[in-house]
Amino acid sequence: MSLRSPDRRVVFAWAAMTPFIVLFVVFMVYPLIQSAFLALNQTYGPETQIFVGTKNFELLIEDPVFWKAIRNTLIYTLGSLFIQLPLAFGLALVLNSRRLRGRSIYRLIFFSPQLMGLVFVSVLGALAFEKRAGLVNRTLAWITTDASLLEIDWLQSYIMPTLILISLWLYVGFNMIYFLAALQNVDNSLLEAAEIDGAGPLNRLQHVIIPSVRPVATFVVLLSMIGSLQLFELPYILLQGNGGPNNQGLTIVMYLYQNGFELGDLGYASAVGWALALMLIGLALIQIWMVRREEAMR
Amino acid sequence: MSSERRSKVSRSVTHLILLLLATIVLLPYAWLLVASLKSREDFFSGMFFPPGDGFLGIAWDSLTLNNYTNLLDMGFGRAAINSIFYASTSAVFATFLSAATGYVLAKSKFRGRTLMTLVVLGSLIVPPTLLIAPSYELLYHLGLLDSVWGLLLPTFAPAFGVFLFRQAVQQSVPDELIEAARIDGCSEIGIFMVIVMPLIRPMIGAFLLITFLGMWNNFISPQIVLQSASKQPLSVAIAQLRGVYRTDYGLLMAATVVSVAPVAVLFLVLQKQFISGLTSGAVKG
Repeated sequence: MSLRSPDRRVVFAWAAMTPFIVLFVVFMVYPLIQSAFLALNQTYGPETQIFVGTKNFELLIEDPVFWKAIRNTLIYTLGSLFIQLPLAFGLALVLNSRRLRGRSIYRLIFFSPQLMGLVFVSVLGALAFEKRAGLVNRTLAWITTDASLLEIDWLQSYIMPTLILISLWLYVGFNMIYFLAALQNVDNSLLEAAEIDGAGPLNRLQHVIIPSVRPVATFVVLLSMIGSLQLFELPYILLQGNGGPNNQGLTIVMYLYQNGFELGDLGYASAVGWALALMLIGLALIQIWMVRREEAMR
Repeated sequence: MSSERRSKVSRSVTHLILLLLATIVLLPYAWLLVASLKSREDFFSGMFFPPGDGFLGIAWDSLTLNNYTNLLDMGFGRAAINSIFYASTSAVFATFLSAATGYVLAKSKFRGRTLMTLVVLGSLIVPPTLLIAPSYELLYHLGLLDSVWGLLLPTFAPAFGVFLFRQAVQQSVPDELIEAARIDGCSEIGIFMVIVMPLIRPMIGAFLLITFLGMWNNFISPQIVLQSASKQPLSVAIAQLRGVYRTDYGLLMAATVVSVAPVAVLFLVLQKQFISGLTSGAVKG
């Protein structure tokens, strides 16, 4: 048989994929299956497991802390969607104009927080929102010349707004990059035609720009939702591991972490994980369905 | 008001808003850098530089590198070396393994290809947070807790990478080229290394960056897997530092500067790949 026979190619194909397949099965497929079993057990650390059936899910539904975590996470998610994305889109519109001077330097500046990464931004954010010492209170006190503003305890009293503000700082520029890319899809001749036909800026936005940006916007919304619902590092670092006073800043993944790694119940933690996964998949399906329906209506 | 004048006004307003927003973004950096050079006593004197008799009314000689040397004494340099090692190892292996798999799924014909593609791509919808608890249990049973391999091995097989490389190969590697190389007697490994890899270089660069950054910023995995202080990367070390020295602001600021500086330098060198790398998820939809 010649060296170039198809068999050799099949051998190469499998050989090239083997390291990936082995690791993928061990560290992805197996944990996924195992998480379903774990959710049906109560555990104390990885050693002791007691089968409890659907008890974990029954407890979860009646667990007020879990609902509090869902509530907080949803507030954060809605905050990121309804404040962050319009701001990102607005910035993209402004910075897309070729006539604007210094637009590439502005893009770079707005994007730059993304380079710091979530964990390090969390540390900087925690420092900036400290009372007395933090940049935020000191700036507020300096602008208003009211020294009492130095005492605002953001981390203890206003944790949700603080989380949303820090995530604005971190993600607006990042999402702006997506929208800028999407704006390249806008047909300039269509825009000019609309302008000649007397369409004002708002009309052009509504009838020409937004329809061409929509596919990317849908994607950005989905991505932000998936990311926001899994929020962990930011509140974890700001609140030093606990949920803050009265669990005001507890998120779903923080609750998963607390149950699995502070209380040692990997089973209950997996149940929380499945509840979150179902929420995420449900949201994704709703969005796919909405896009399909819209396409069908056109 | 004439329309020309109105557009001039609106342009100035636009610039004003942009400048304000840019200040909000940049101010924390300046604060971070300056405060990392201030001693504990000076921290509260002045929002930025401590006031004094020096040039521009600033007490220049009260600025100090003590926070940075203290960090070194505390073993923070070790965490920096760990971060560099974890991020680069993870990036190289994840990129190579997923490039090879993506190439095979795009170009080779073998039984089970469709099934494998479906499984790998289907796994993209699994939220990573779902795997936290079972992965911990698995690593415990494999004896890989508090081991560098327990942290690294799971990052070597990213399904997302296979998806990106499969697409990159489909788009930029023509079948004819592979056939021609085969006729010329090139081995299958040779085809992948010499013909395919150069053609998908932009994606390789982008994915190296994505995985490097992903590991650099990864917090939850090392937090769960590693226990020894000597093995912690910067992300975990800095969070622990805050737990112990919450009010030593200068020290925490210096730690943040040290943690972010390498990525900032990397960015300045590789700006183009960076943006395309960070947004290459956009093709996911």
